[in-house]
Amino acid sequence: MKVLVAVKRVVDYNVKVRVKADNSGVDLANVKMSMNPFCEIAVEEAVRLKEKGVASEIVVVSVGPTTAQEQLRTALALGADRAILVEAADELNSLAVAKALKAIVDKEQPQLVILGKQAIDSDNNQTGQMLAALTGFAQGTFASKVEVAGDKLNVTREIDGGLQTVALNLPAIVTTDLRLNEPRYASLPNIMKAKKKPLETVTPDALGVSLASTTKTIKVEAPAARSAGIKVKSVAELVEKLKNEAKVI
Amino acid sequence: MTILVVAEHENGAVAPATLNTVAAAAKVGGDIHVLVAGQNVGGVAESAAKIAGVAKVLVADNAAYANTLPENVAPLIVELAKGYSHVLAPATTNGKNILPRVAALLDVDQISEIITVESADTFKRPIYAGNAIATVQSSAAVKVITVRTTGFDAVAAEGGSAAVEAVAAAHDAGISAFVGEELAKSDRPELTAAKIVVSGGRGMGNGDNFKHLYTLADKLGAAVGASRAAVDAGFVPNDMQVGQTGKIVAPQLYIAVGISGAIQHLAGMKDSRVIVAINKDEEAPIFQVADYGLVADLFEAVPELEKLV
Repeated sequence: MKVLVAVKRVVDYNVKVRVKADNSGVDLANVKMSMNPFCEIAVEEAVRLKEKGVASEIVVVSVGPTTAQEQLRTALALGADRAILVEAADELNSLAVAKALKAIVDKEQPQLVILGKQAIDSDNNQTGQMLAALTGFAQGTFASKVEVAGDKLNVTREIDGGLQTVALNLPAIVTTDLRLNEPRYASLPNIMKAKKKPLETVTPDALGVSLASTTKTIKVEAPAARSAGIKVKSVAELVEKLKNEAKVI
Repeated sequence: MTILVVAEHENGAVAPATLNTVAAAAKVGGDIHVLVAGQNVGGVAESAAKIAGVAKVLVADNAAYANTLPENVAPLIVELAKGYSHVLAPATTNGKNILPRVAALLDVDQISEIITVESADTFKRPIYAGNAIATVQSSAAVKVITVRTTGFDAVAAEGGSAAVEAVAAAHDAGISAFVGEELAKSDRPELTAAKIVVSGGRGMGNGDNFKHLYTLADKLGAAVGASRAAVDAGFVPNDMQVGQTGKIVAPQLYIAVGISGAIQHLAGMKDSRVIVAINKDEEAPIFQVADYGLVADLFEAVPELEKLV
């Protein structure tokens, strides 16, 4: 089966972001950018499905700026066969991204689409579910295990109370949680090979997709800072403080 | 304005997250209706009708809505949503699973995990693991929103007397099925609703050592959580994870044991009223947010703490 994987270029998870002085957003100048960690897990899962002989072709797609080609090349180095960049401005809302992905799904007709459950910049956790709505596909979100069983996909999901398993008709949408797999690193020969793999660029206009939004960001502020308290010298002192000062026990 | 709150329920009872979501709806202002979708949920609907401030309860009782499969529940909410200014659900795994599907079908953006209501169309929400707070304004005809429960104090579960109305609509997309569940069983309070939370990290060393935290938690009437490192290492199951992508907690007292304090973990607990950190590394970032820090070997400090509280 053909597998489509969507990836997003985001601030590296190790970077502590700072809010811009004019409160228009966070400062992304000269900040290290990477593939969203949940998207790395999505790519890895597709590669494993290919290694098992379940997936025949992996197409990786990103909706974002020209520079997102870096993340697409990373995915190609990890084992994706070809890449598509839907070139668009930064800061798209999830619905706009889902609409662009829907257009790619219509064109590519994958049996399975794997996405990260959320991007660590906007923390929205929406795109996969929205793509499922727009395509009419079943969804297995927050997946910790994915198994193809005949014409069904069994997805084990991490839910608040524990784990839940659902059986989905194909084609289906899966969004990854942290424990689905541990992504590999790209080897140097594979990074070199990835440079020769096809990477196609399209515009939302060419796909006939509107990126209009019903939401606007008015301002972005730093959160209320929490100041460090005191160090206590002993457990006895800690208990005394919790009882008499904080009055929480 | 009339607001539809999608109720979270489990084992035939209204989940506490529903009460926080109704509180957020009350901040928006207007009549509040609550939707209870599921199978054999008459009792849940009766309870929901008693929630303070609720004007009406819609109950969609149908086999198709058992286990709240999003493929079936989303079209139901979409059909109902047309009459509402806002659709709110708690940002639980269930709410997060269903509501974006609803928003896309309504062709509107969803606003995720709001922590304050500024006005009927303007909300604050954390981004970048809580390292920035965005104020967003929605021009959508129906505003579809998930609510971070720790941002809103729960309304009273009793005191209301709303009318209960059945919704006939049955949507069964027939493309997904529930297979099974492995739910954690615990006599301790639920993590997101507990007044005290004791959490362990990589420093616990192994799953067996969590027994020290369970003993302490039982003495304090606390819930037990964990950092991502402890869950990834297999010490404890995923439902215990506190952090950016796990559970968000804001108890009166949070005791972090053997947790270094990665920003992704801090995102899940830094709104706790009082934070205690016990760690043998005095440089651990957790001490930068802790009200009381104790640099000590946790295997000595935790048993001693258990004796003294």
